[in-house]
Amino acid sequence: MDKRSQETKLSRVEVEHIAELAKLSLTDAEKERFREQLSAILEYAEMLQRLDTEAIPPTATVLPLRNVMAADEVRPSFAREDVLANAPEAEDGCFKVRAILE
Amino acid sequence: MKLYELTIHEAQELLRKGEISAVELTQAVIDRIVEVDNQVKAYLTVTPESALDQAQEADDRIAAWRKNPANPLDPLTGIPLAIKDVICTAGVPTTCGSRILENFIPPYNATVIERLRRQGAVILGKTNPDEFAMGSSTENSAYFPTHNPWDLSRVPGGSSGGSAAAIAADECLGALGSDTGGSVRQPAALCGVAGLKPTYGRVSRYGLVAFASSLDQIGPFGKDVTDCAIMLQALAHYDPCDSTSVDVPAPNYAQALVPDIRGMRVGVPSEYFVEGMQPAVETAVRAAIEKMADLGAEVDEVSLPHTEYSLPAYYLIAPAEASANLARYDGVKYGYAHPHVEDVWDAYRQTRQKGFGPEVKRRIMLGTYALSAGYYDAYYLKAQKVRTLIKRDFDQAFSKFDVLVAPTSPTVAFKIGEKVNDPLQMYLSDVFTLSLNLAGICGISIPCGFADGLPVGLQIMGDAFAEEAVLRLAYAYEQATGWHKRKPVL
Repeated sequence: MDKRSQETKLSRVEVEHIAELAKLSLTDAEKERFREQLSAILEYAEMLQRLDTEAIPPTATVLPLRNVMAADEVRPSFAREDVLANAPEAEDGCFKVRAILE
Repeated sequence: MKLYELTIHEAQELLRKGEISAVELTQAVIDRIVEVDNQVKAYLTVTPESALDQAQEADDRIAAWRKNPANPLDPLTGIPLAIKDVICTAGVPTTCGSRILENFIPPYNATVIERLRRQGAVILGKTNPDEFAMGSSTENSAYFPTHNPWDLSRVPGGSSGGSAAAIAADECLGALGSDTGGSVRQPAALCGVAGLKPTYGRVSRYGLVAFASSLDQIGPFGKDVTDCAIMLQALAHYDPCDSTSVDVPAPNYAQALVPDIRGMRVGVPSEYFVEGMQPAVETAVRAAIEKMADLGAEVDEVSLPHTEYSLPAYYLIAPAEASANLARYDGVKYGYAHPHVEDVWDAYRQTRQKGFGPEVKRRIMLGTYALSAGYYDAYYLKAQKVRTLIKRDFDQAFSKFDVLVAPTSPTVAFKIGEKVNDPLQMYLSDVFTLSLNLAGICGISIPCGFADGLPVGLQIMGDAFAEEAVLRLAYAYEQATGWHKRKPVL
């Protein structure tokens, strides 16, 4: 194994950090499996570094469209009860959420 | 001939002549689903009552048209279709093959569903996908794997495996899938049917549950090229509800269906014939290319030099976009919510941990990493720059050629379970398809032979909004060979 592929290996701490950013409470077995699998995928992706892209602009979308605007007009929206029908918890016509502040 | 074996265009003619009714046709397909879907498992949800109601409406429209033929009859009137379960259907569960959306019933139809229904099409139900369309085998569905009708021990491909299998098993006349990295074309190849990925922006994505928004595109499956063209005609339309929908009028695709490709410039990208691909796949695709030359096409080699970078670029860009799109699953607005939690953060962590399956979590993790502080430039930005190089390869190729042809997938259908524990091997199954999504161009997969009794797919790629050229070559080749007429025995 060369130096670069050593460097792309993820540590357990990094996996836990990513899982926290992604809001996933992974099991210990998943952390280890993802550490191995993501390391292998990232190692494979290292091949991109072979290309000199210094002068190449990034492509975020293939379309030439920019800032597409909708007409500013009042239109009926979904009925409140239809939207709330899918909510795990609703109260007084609102989505029910947990307290964010103590 | 059994009614469920009909193509869309054959059924259209019989419906117009009054030789069959839409109710008879729909009932025959529902009976077929009951007969074979316990083996194939293409559908997650079948809606026979509403399908028969819609078929009755179609029969009423046909009767009205017969009284007054001045009002044209829409081509899909009375045609029973299957919909990949990542496309929202009002009042009908839309699960994305995920536990997290097990109880989600959309309050609205995707634009493509509205367009099909306005044409009088009959919706049979929802087909099994890989969870959130992430996968190449339909094994990542949280519910069950779909089986390939040609060999039930094998996968149908993915992620639109349910739709492709439903076509191959005659469980519908046409179907919708979605293609983010090959998810229409690869299962079409593995199931021996036709599957079209339109140009990015050609078909509205409004109501398609988002996976990777700069790559996702809805596309049709058909039993032949003509059916794909008929469905594309119904779908291709500007939609103000999708800000990436392009306001370019759709041509009459039926006019592209002429069995004449003399003088058509066909490029064969040498990078798509690689070591490690199944020799019988290469043999079948090479033979198809020779056939095109026999039919008068001007065939020549072309190079797409950055092809090998498509896979790593795709597997940074698509998961990055997915990790952002899937942040919305928080157990508040819809979907699963874990019941026993301490606080708001615990609620998010537990809900997402229990609601998502392994591949979805893997991609969320990969994408979150690629976007995270300190790695953005090295991974996500780098991949977007390489995406530019891949697009430029295609721009150059299409300055000299009308279409490009290559294999759709490096292998025929593999065994269920064969690749589930090796994500990188599974990802390689899309190595020939995902560069089209990165470039935003169009392509179709059609059958071009068999290897060990399993279908081989031929991929025809066209520039942005060059669906007509793709359809023309696909149609001419299909009519000259007839591979599409072979059916699996179930």
